[in-house]
Amino acid sequence: MNPLQERYGQEIEAVLAKYPSDQKRSAVMPLLYIAQREHGHITREQLGQVGDILGISSTDVASIVGFYTLYHDAPGGKYRLQVCNDLPCALRGADKFFDDLCSRLDVQPGGTTADGLVTVEGVMCLAACHRAPMFQVQSHTEITYYEDQTVDKAVQLVDSWRQVNGK
Amino acid sequence: MTEAVVAQPETELVTLTVDDRTVSVAPGTYVVDAAKRAGIDIPVFCYHPKMEPVGMCRMCLVEVGRPAVDRASGQPILEADGKPQIQFAPKLDTGCTVVVSEGMVIRGYTDKVKEARDEVLEFLLTSHPLDCPICDKGGECPLQNLTMNFGPGKTRYIYDEKIRLDKHVPLGDLIFLDRERCIQCARCTRFQSEVVDDPVIGFSERGRELEIVTFSDPGFDSYWSGNTTDICPVGALTTADFRFGARPWELKPVASICTHCPVNCNTTLNTRREAAAGGKQVVKRVMPRQNEWVNEIWLCDKGRFAYQYTEAANRITQPMLRKDNKLVPATWDEALVAVNAKVKTAGGKMVTLAGGRLTNEDYFNIKKLSDAAKGQSLLHSGIAGGDMVASVGLGQGSNLTDLGSGSAILVIASDLEEEAPLWWLRVKQAAERGATLIVANPRRTKLDPHAARVLRYNYGEEAALVHAMLDSFSPKRPDQPESVKRLLRDDALKAAAQEISGAENLVVFYGSEGTDLATSHSLASACANLLIATGHTGRPNNGLVAVWDKGNAQGAWDAGLRPSESLATQMEDAAVLYIVGADPAGDDPQLAAAVDGAQFVVVQELALTKTALAADVVLPAQAFTEREGSYTSGERRVQRFYPAVPALDGTRPDFAITAHIANALGLKLEDKLPPKIFAQIAAGDEAYRGLDYGKLSEVVEQWPIIGRADVYYGGTTYDNSQGLGVQLSSASERGQSPVLSFESPKETEPAKDGLLAVPVTRLYDRGNTVVPSKLLTDRLEAPQVVLHPEDAEKLGLEMGKPAKITLNGQQATVTTHIDNSLPKGTALIPRSLGLPINGPVELKVTA
Amino acid sequence: MNEILLRHREIQNLDQFPIYRQNKGFETFKHAVTAMNPAEVIDVVKASGLRGRGGAGFSTGMKWSFIDNKNWPHYVVVNADESEPGTFKDREIMESNPFQFLEGVMLCAYAVGANSAYIYLRGEFWQLAAELDKHIEYLEREGFLGDKLFGGEYGLRLYTHLGAGAYICGEETAMLESLEGKLGQPRLRPPFPPTFGLYSKPTIVNNVETLANVPLILERGADWFRSFGTEKSPGNKVFSLCGNVEKPGNYELSLGTTFRELIFTHGGGIPRRRKIKAIMPAGASSSLIVADDKALDTPMDYENVPSVGAQLGSASIIVIDDSVSMDWLINKTVHFFKHESCGKCTPCREGTYWMQHLTERIHHGQAKWDDVILLQDVATGIKGKCLCALGDFSTEAVVSSIQRFRSDFEAVAAGAPTPVAVRAEQVSPK
Ligand SMILES: Cc1cc2nc3c(=O)[nH]c(=O)nc-3n(C[C@H](O)[C@H](O)[C@H](O)COP(=O)(O)O)c2cc1C
Ligand code: SF4
Ligand code: FES
Repeated sequence: MNPLQERYGQEIEAVLAKYPSDQKRSAVMPLLYIAQREHGHITREQLGQVGDILGISSTDVASIVGFYTLYHDAPGGKYRLQVCNDLPCALRGADKFFDDLCSRLDVQPGGTTADGLVTVEGVMCLAACHRAPMFQVQSHTEITYYEDQTVDKAVQLVDSWRQVNGK
Repeated sequence: MTEAVVAQPETELVTLTVDDRTVSVAPGTYVVDAAKRAGIDIPVFCYHPKMEPVGMCRMCLVEVGRPAVDRASGQPILEADGKPQIQFAPKLDTGCTVVVSEGMVIRGYTDKVKEARDEVLEFLLTSHPLDCPICDKGGECPLQNLTMNFGPGKTRYIYDEKIRLDKHVPLGDLIFLDRERCIQCARCTRFQSEVVDDPVIGFSERGRELEIVTFSDPGFDSYWSGNTTDICPVGALTTADFRFGARPWELKPVASICTHCPVNCNTTLNTRREAAAGGKQVVKRVMPRQNEWVNEIWLCDKGRFAYQYTEAANRITQPMLRKDNKLVPATWDEALVAVNAKVKTAGGKMVTLAGGRLTNEDYFNIKKLSDAAKGQSLLHSGIAGGDMVASVGLGQGSNLTDLGSGSAILVIASDLEEEAPLWWLRVKQAAERGATLIVANPRRTKLDPHAARVLRYNYGEEAALVHAMLDSFSPKRPDQPESVKRLLRDDALKAAAQEISGAENLVVFYGSEGTDLATSHSLASACANLLIATGHTGRPNNGLVAVWDKGNAQGAWDAGLRPSESLATQMEDAAVLYIVGADPAGDDPQLAAAVDGAQFVVVQELALTKTALAADVVLPAQAFTEREGSYTSGERRVQRFYPAVPALDGTRPDFAITAHIANALGLKLEDKLPPKIFAQIAAGDEAYRGLDYGKLSEVVEQWPIIGRADVYYGGTTYDNSQGLGVQLSSASERGQSPVLSFESPKETEPAKDGLLAVPVTRLYDRGNTVVPSKLLTDRLEAPQVVLHPEDAEKLGLEMGKPAKITLNGQQATVTTHIDNSLPKGTALIPRSLGLPINGPVELKVTA
Repeated sequence: MNEILLRHREIQNLDQFPIYRQNKGFETFKHAVTAMNPAEVIDVVKASGLRGRGGAGFSTGMKWSFIDNKNWPHYVVVNADESEPGTFKDREIMESNPFQFLEGVMLCAYAVGANSAYIYLRGEFWQLAAELDKHIEYLEREGFLGDKLFGGEYGLRLYTHLGAGAYICGEETAMLESLEGKLGQPRLRPPFPPTFGLYSKPTIVNNVETLANVPLILERGADWFRSFGTEKSPGNKVFSLCGNVEKPGNYELSLGTTFRELIFTHGGGIPRRRKIKAIMPAGASSSLIVADDKALDTPMDYENVPSVGAQLGSASIIVIDDSVSMDWLINKTVHFFKHESCGKCTPCREGTYWMQHLTERIHHGQAKWDDVILLQDVATGIKGKCLCALGDFSTEAVVSSIQRFRSDFEAVAAGAPTPVAVRAEQVSPK
């Protein structure tokens, strides 16, 4: 049996139950979220596994991974700290926040900290414009919003992750 | 020709004006197509007339006006001059997506439209590399043509800011992608998913990063990949064989026919003198040639890429004679003298065995010679029923494209995509148009998802299944075997039988999956009976089609050649065994022994096959690319092909060699001009009556218009100016009512112990005409046994690992394939992979 | 304020089922299913004059009445993709007033004969989706969702579905494609979703806020609803206010409230005594309005905003003060659209990419006036030729700012340093 199905069989069944039985393909996005929990990105093997469950080709699955920004096809940090630096946030200082945070963490935008723990990325509007500066953290399993941020607060958060992860 | 491309009653047409030209078209036509009919080219990139429109490239923007209607009264508003007032939409519309309506007015070349077109073109060119001088598409590229015709002439885009992308991305070993040239029109991806149901290439990323990717293994794993290079409107996709191979304008196009399977797709062989070939004219590429009755504008990859055999290094160019048990070169005179001497004294014991890839003219001469020698003329084939196809085959005027709602199609014992890819495609599309497709096969095939009903039976029960259908609407016959009675209890079968009998049209395709010659005969006759019993004979779009193993098996049957159930004995007993274009010794060890047993063996061949090596005389024949001739397809369309490259010195066409042998018996056969032989065929065979090469060369205008250097771009498929061929009439059409003759189905005994091995057909087999194709080498199947997972587990066999098999007394080590789509207890052995299998047989397998 | 959509700000714990029930919650739905036929529900919504809050402002009742009753099953798909820069209203409604929203979805489904409704949330709303799932489960247990509701024939199931980071999936047909498991690329229209939608079946797509209005419209009547807003734009609207403004946030106000009232009375005006320079009333897709007195006194409704050269759209009011130079601003918006272009159609795919090169150069002072003109040309070339509205959206700020704030560009083209003071600083968080 396919490793994804082995590990998440019940959950996958529940996802499939949401869609008409002849429209299994609809479940590709939820299944990719499940797959991404494993490594924080989608592996080549997982493309085939998701495709198998849904009866679509690996290429079709890869297309989905490529199109949507919340799926990753390459490894990044365990935490992806995604700062909104879109227009509304930028009007409230998000550009500077992002720059300062990058230098405090000593990473280039889009890069990963030396300890491999945090990838810092600029992203488009996250529907939290009134609470800028803000960022979301995408981990293997979930997405959490951090709003009304300062660089200090953000660095504290990163430090707390470092502690938890023994870095 | 009486066939009409689009048969529509006049009353149904919609009339509109395109740039002041009035044109009437079928309802549902898109504006760009209507314009094309009016002789006006609206440029398109993403639109392809064989696919659903997507309106994404925005190249075809036009002004669309419709008669204004008074809201209150619902009446058209008239201008002062009494003409209807035309209301134009404020925005431009994509002509590829707008459906025509009565009174519509299209403006395709106003300033507003031209400006928009320039803008879209400029957008496309901003990221295009403009490397036309080194591009394979140069000369047949609509982007190039469009830029020449309408382009801005000067770029406002800063060249240094142009996107730089990979120019050499092998999507697999057959198709290469140049990412810079791709204009994201999605023709290729849509073709793969919508047309051929093989979504193995797709877009990744989005916006300007959008790029074609493949994640299949091997890359771009589809039998259809070559077609994407035809319809790609730029030089983004190219084939491995042609990439940087030549420029389109240097090529000589020659009309030909694909000889690989019974569909007989129309091709154009592009030839050129090659320095690498010592200045000889060689085939540079095989392109589809449009024939809307046969292959439309498509080709499968086997047809496109397996052409090197005519130039294969192992071609024979000199006759050979066996002297001191060794084959030594001889002159034609020496060889013919030797053969003629034996033929003269054969005394009725001459056996001729011909392969299914010769021409009608070759078969005609062979039959004449054989008859004069009072010998037997046999066809080397495991499929029966060509006589029944001649009797109840498709009627004149048939076109699979006409099948849709109201029609039924039965495909039985065939994995159609493997056996005759273009039929698979056209049957699938008929199902999409609403035809009721019934697929009967013991295992899952790629046609199943498109079927209205899938019927399963045990291998060996194919004829029984059809008998059960027949029984379901006529009184039960007590003598039916158990299998028929059991199948009759299946409600799906009964429903399918009902659908078949109620359908306006019925086409039955029977293949050779799991059958031997005897069971094939049973199956063919049952299918013929089904057509007769349900009144589906003697009309267009009705009839029986055999999915032959070779390209011109039907022609051989029509000429009177027959396969034999006792082939080995007959061969062994021959005083003269004359083998033409067949390799029995290579196919089957039992037949190899039979060849050895014959007194005197003459082999007429292209290359030194196993059989040729065992011959007493070998006569070098010409490949079809070197000569002309005609073929009869499985749908019984007769078509001709033309010489493309000069014949190798020392070779002769098959019909001529046969004629030279016939001299031994004082028989004068035509040895120079195929058209003359064809005239003799036409004089003799009622179905061919009245035909000549001239008729085979006739064309009518086809739709869609493809293959011209215009900006309404259909692709590089060649226009057909050399002949669409002629559909033969069936005997039932000529009033020779076939008689129902019930014959109890012949069945296969299930294997007592071990597994029941059954033969199946694979497209990429190791046939003599496929192996020399270097392009396909990596994709050719290895000798293999295919097992159900449970059987494999029991035997301790794993996917890809070696298995030892004993088959028909032969032992071999093959690769294990595991597939859950076949029934337990059976093993598939693909034909033509070097394993002897002619029908169901018991198999021993061990790890 | 807060009469309809943001009632949770007035009624404590409205996001808890018992509290919502105490406030007549789900009575309307029960009443509709047991005592009204679907056409009657549509009639009330039609009479209310409710217009879609997702951006286009199309009559909701009218849309529902377009559902093709010859083709079944029907679906409802809720647009909870909320990705327009500057928009954050649907999130608050779903987080804090979830049951009213869900009841709206349920009423819509009943009205159009759908037995399944999908709520398509942007992937970032992952936690919110989990909350909604819990609420949905609860409603199933309480007998408000499921088969044979209230002993009748009608049954309904709600499902959440997460996107994964693609603005274009807010476009309704791209959303349907995405929900079908394909690339989120828009479809050709026509046919429109009410005839050809999810799984090729008739489908109603509505925005979260649109549907959140429906329970109260049915409970209190079309006339009550029409007592808010204007003749042509009845009702209240949640305005998402952000940018250079003292008190950014969501404000539920009557449609027709002026920009001035929103920005200065409710929003507290412009920080640091800066002057207001421009307004984008519809997020990044918006034209830039010159914030003069005429503009500030313009009522924010579907009919009046066009008079100052913009659209109300999703009513995401981005306030821009005089520290901001337009070359910087359009570089931001163009960057956004270039990033979000799905790539399906040529003008948007290539044009946004080209525009981005130009805005980068212009913003970094490496451009001449000709480049500004070229940028304007490129934008005009995109406009009106795209498959969906995203392409047009990408040009709005560009074209309007070059036209209306010409001096900003002249200055940059002449080599003046851009006034970057405030936008580089961080405003102090609350
Ligand atoms: C590019 C683009 C993005 C859109 N994004 C959203 C969105 O995030 N949320 C939304 O409700 N509507 C969005 N829309 C509008 C929808 O297409 C659609 O009109 C709306 O969901 C209809 O709902 P309504 O009638 O309730 O407004 C977008 C449209 C376009 C063209
Ligand atoms: S306008 Fe942009 S987003 Fe819309 S279809 Fe075209 S490329 Fe896609
Ligand atoms: S948009 Fe009509 S041909 Fe591409």
